[in-house]
Amino acid sequence: MSLLDVSNLNVRFDTPDGEVHAVKDLSFRLERGETLGIVGESGSGKSQSVLSLMGLLADNGRADGVAQFDGHNLITLPEAQLRRMRGRRISMIFQDPMTSLNPYLTLADQMIQVVREHETVSKKAARSRCLEMLEAVSIPEADDRLDRYPHELSGGMRQRVMIAASLLLNPEILIADEPTTALDVTVQAQILELMRDLSERFETSTILITHDLAVVAGTCERVLVMQGGELKEQGEVRKIFYEPQHAYTQALLKAVPRLDEERVERLLDGGEVGGAAAGARAGNAAGADPLLAVEDLKVSFRVHTGGFWGHTRELKAVDGVDLELAPGETLGIVGESGCGKSTLARAILKLVPLAGGQVCLLGRGLSELDSAEMRKMRSDLQIIFQDPLASLNPRMTVGDIVSEPLWTHRPDLDKAAVRQRVVHVLKRVGLEGRELNRYPHEFSGGQCQRIGIARALVLEPKLIICDEPVSALDVSIQAQIVNLLMDLQAELGLSLIFIAHDLAVVRHISHRVLVMYLGTAVEIASREDLYERPSHPYTRALISSVPIPDPDKERSRARELLFGDLPSPMDPPSGCRFRTRCRHAEPRCAEEIPELRAVGPSRVACHRAEELLETV
Amino acid sequence: MLRYSLRRFLGAIPTLLILIALAFFMIRLAPGGPFDAERALLPEIEANLRAAYHLDEPLPMQFVRYLGNLARADFGPSFQYRDYTVTELIMTGFPVSLRLGGSAMVVALLFGISAGSLAALRQNTRTDYTVMSLSMTGISIPNFVMAPLLILLFAVYLGWLPAGGLGEGSWRNMVLPVISLALPQIAYVARLTRGSMIEVLRSPFIRTAKAQGLPMYKILIRHALKPALLPVVSYLGPATAAVITGSVVIEQIFGVPGLGRFFVQGALNRDYTLVMGVVVFYGVLIIVFNFLVDLAYAWLDPKVKYG
Repeated sequence: MSLLDVSNLNVRFDTPDGEVHAVKDLSFRLERGETLGIVGESGSGKSQSVLSLMGLLADNGRADGVAQFDGHNLITLPEAQLRRMRGRRISMIFQDPMTSLNPYLTLADQMIQVVREHETVSKKAARSRCLEMLEAVSIPEADDRLDRYPHELSGGMRQRVMIAASLLLNPEILIADEPTTALDVTVQAQILELMRDLSERFETSTILITHDLAVVAGTCERVLVMQGGELKEQGEVRKIFYEPQHAYTQALLKAVPRLDEERVERLLDGGEVGGAAAGARAGNAAGADPLLAVEDLKVSFRVHTGGFWGHTRELKAVDGVDLELAPGETLGIVGESGCGKSTLARAILKLVPLAGGQVCLLGRGLSELDSAEMRKMRSDLQIIFQDPLASLNPRMTVGDIVSEPLWTHRPDLDKAAVRQRVVHVLKRVGLEGRELNRYPHEFSGGQCQRIGIARALVLEPKLIICDEPVSALDVSIQAQIVNLLMDLQAELGLSLIFIAHDLAVVRHISHRVLVMYLGTAVEIASREDLYERPSHPYTRALISSVPIPDPDKERSRARELLFGDLPSPMDPPSGCRFRTRCRHAEPRCAEEIPELRAVGPSRVACHRAEELLETV
Repeated sequence: MLRYSLRRFLGAIPTLLILIALAFFMIRLAPGGPFDAERALLPEIEANLRAAYHLDEPLPMQFVRYLGNLARADFGPSFQYRDYTVTELIMTGFPVSLRLGGSAMVVALLFGISAGSLAALRQNTRTDYTVMSLSMTGISIPNFVMAPLLILLFAVYLGWLPAGGLGEGSWRNMVLPVISLALPQIAYVARLTRGSMIEVLRSPFIRTAKAQGLPMYKILIRHALKPALLPVVSYLGPATAAVITGSVVIEQIFGVPGLGRFFVQGALNRDYTLVMGVVVFYGVLIIVFNFLVDLAYAWLDPKVKYG
């Protein structure tokens, strides 16, 4: 008999716009000891279906159907009985460890009460149980950490704490709702490994909900694929990946760029294949004068450290980065969060003050420009942000948003000319051009990002900085936006700086890639060199942390996982900053700061780059 | 921490100076003077009196003299209550006002937080609407209207409680003044609590607590109350000021011999030093209280650090 048997589960929400049928007739089983993946894009109903099992739907949600667990139907079980199951027999971890732990309570406060809620044990016994569990999820100095607040821990640490808290009472079912989506790839790899270990050790059955097929490939035995509230396909993991039956599963698999395969020219995005400029890429215009030259760029912030006397200290967010960008070229910037990649982008745009170095656009130093000249220059320099909706003013119409740059920079244009340009650019980014009087919230995430691109594009800039432009989007939408950016580049000769934490997307779009670690560049190389012959140990670790959407490859590959977290940028390690997490570090690395130097065709900041390359 | 306190202390000095200057020159701008009475004094006597109290000096001189005395914590003698210094008057009135204001604050917090939390838990139900419309009423009716109505009902018609005075300091005398003073604050606190509580109850960490199987009342008390109280704590500063100004009116209506009553009498009699003394005293009190509130904030919110 299955541990959990769900049949004909329906979830409906009453909204002011009528009833929303979020989950339609879902049936599935969870066997003892297995890990079941539920994959789908946002709005597919994957989270709502498990929340309904836990009785955690929002107030306007209703569920019906049968979910048999140990002789009970969870859907109709009275709240008091269901409550005693939650946390004890079925527990759950959530996407964002930042907000899912109570920021106002110490870890001890929030963990001990879980134990004491369900079992009659002394505070001391509960505490020692929490300690054991923190050690089981490999949290160092657990005794000290237990009395700290969540914000004093890193994101990866917090997710470990969430996992520890969910396993405290040795539940039979663990539901993990996008447990690694908010984490860096390096940390994601650690957490997934930990979850695999723990589910074996504690014999917990796991339901893993994710939008990322690659995460499922390495962890799950069986997979459900959901779309629009319906179950499209379910089966054993190899079958889903190697012989997908449903068209939607096939499309999902093709929409993601993959590190384990040859790079394709164009991602499948459900749109017209072989569109306007497919295959006609500008390529690396070598030898041309650089459009952008950044020399020894430094940005630092003053940080209050608190304490009795309250000192302020300097945090070097970007500490001496050089880069060049040719016209029509795309430079990818990757690194873990906190490595300074977004700060670098903002410094290039002069949105944050420089602490040193300079930025030259078209041969002119931006620091020498007065504010009027700088404003003129800004029409050549545009930016697209990560959160598509939040970066558009909710009180402005799409027409106002896209035309605003024109009113500022092109006072010579009359109303009709502005309108004509706005309509033209909206059509160019794949919208209809008739959206002028509508507001941002009426559009989907992907459409909002198109509006953001239209706003950046309307001044016909030479350089667009894309700061994680696709991170918040579903994979199929992500493919559309990436394709759009590449088409625009081919057509208009744009230069792009593309910041992302997804290494596969960066490989797909970039000509060259810059890898950053703790405010410094550790490797700059062409796309081919970087991904085929990564020279810096950090680059290698990053690449090997990226999960591959292929169950056999994913389970058999040799990994070079990073241990630990990014050190605090307040106190970077001496010598090579990466040495504290590097498995190849030697005494020299603690003393000498490695220069960024030519190693083969790449530029690498590592003392041992040559010897390490030979060992590969 | 120490540096922060020092900075706050130094920052308070200009605030106080502005306050003192404004009060000093404004009360002297008001027509009349401390020695005006029904029967005019002989010009010679009045001149002597003015000289004795240095009122014959040019205003800036008087101001500097007053500041000099303040620096020595000397509020000067009262013009009206002969033989009393202002300090003595403040010391008699303040304990009474403190009892009144303090009780009003406690009542306001207790009832306001409970009512607000209840409304938040039962959002958009009849309970919620009742609490919210009652508190809207509490905010809109000024306490000088509410106080006589309460007296009329509970003292005159029902005869349950005394209409005014301190009696022998019995609690029964305090009930009506405390309620009239607390009502608008209950309303504000309830609204603030409801708003922040609704937001907190929507946050992911509350969902986590539910998923861990905690019952709702424990979630409310252990997880939600602390963050939901942050806006209420920030409001404590302005609330103190509101209670102090409120008590000026309430003490007058109920005939309670507190500091507020001295203030009103002093202002009517152009008792310059008494008015100044109360203004400075309350000014310092509000500044100190706001500082304490900020410290409490840092204690409640582990992310806030002062440096």
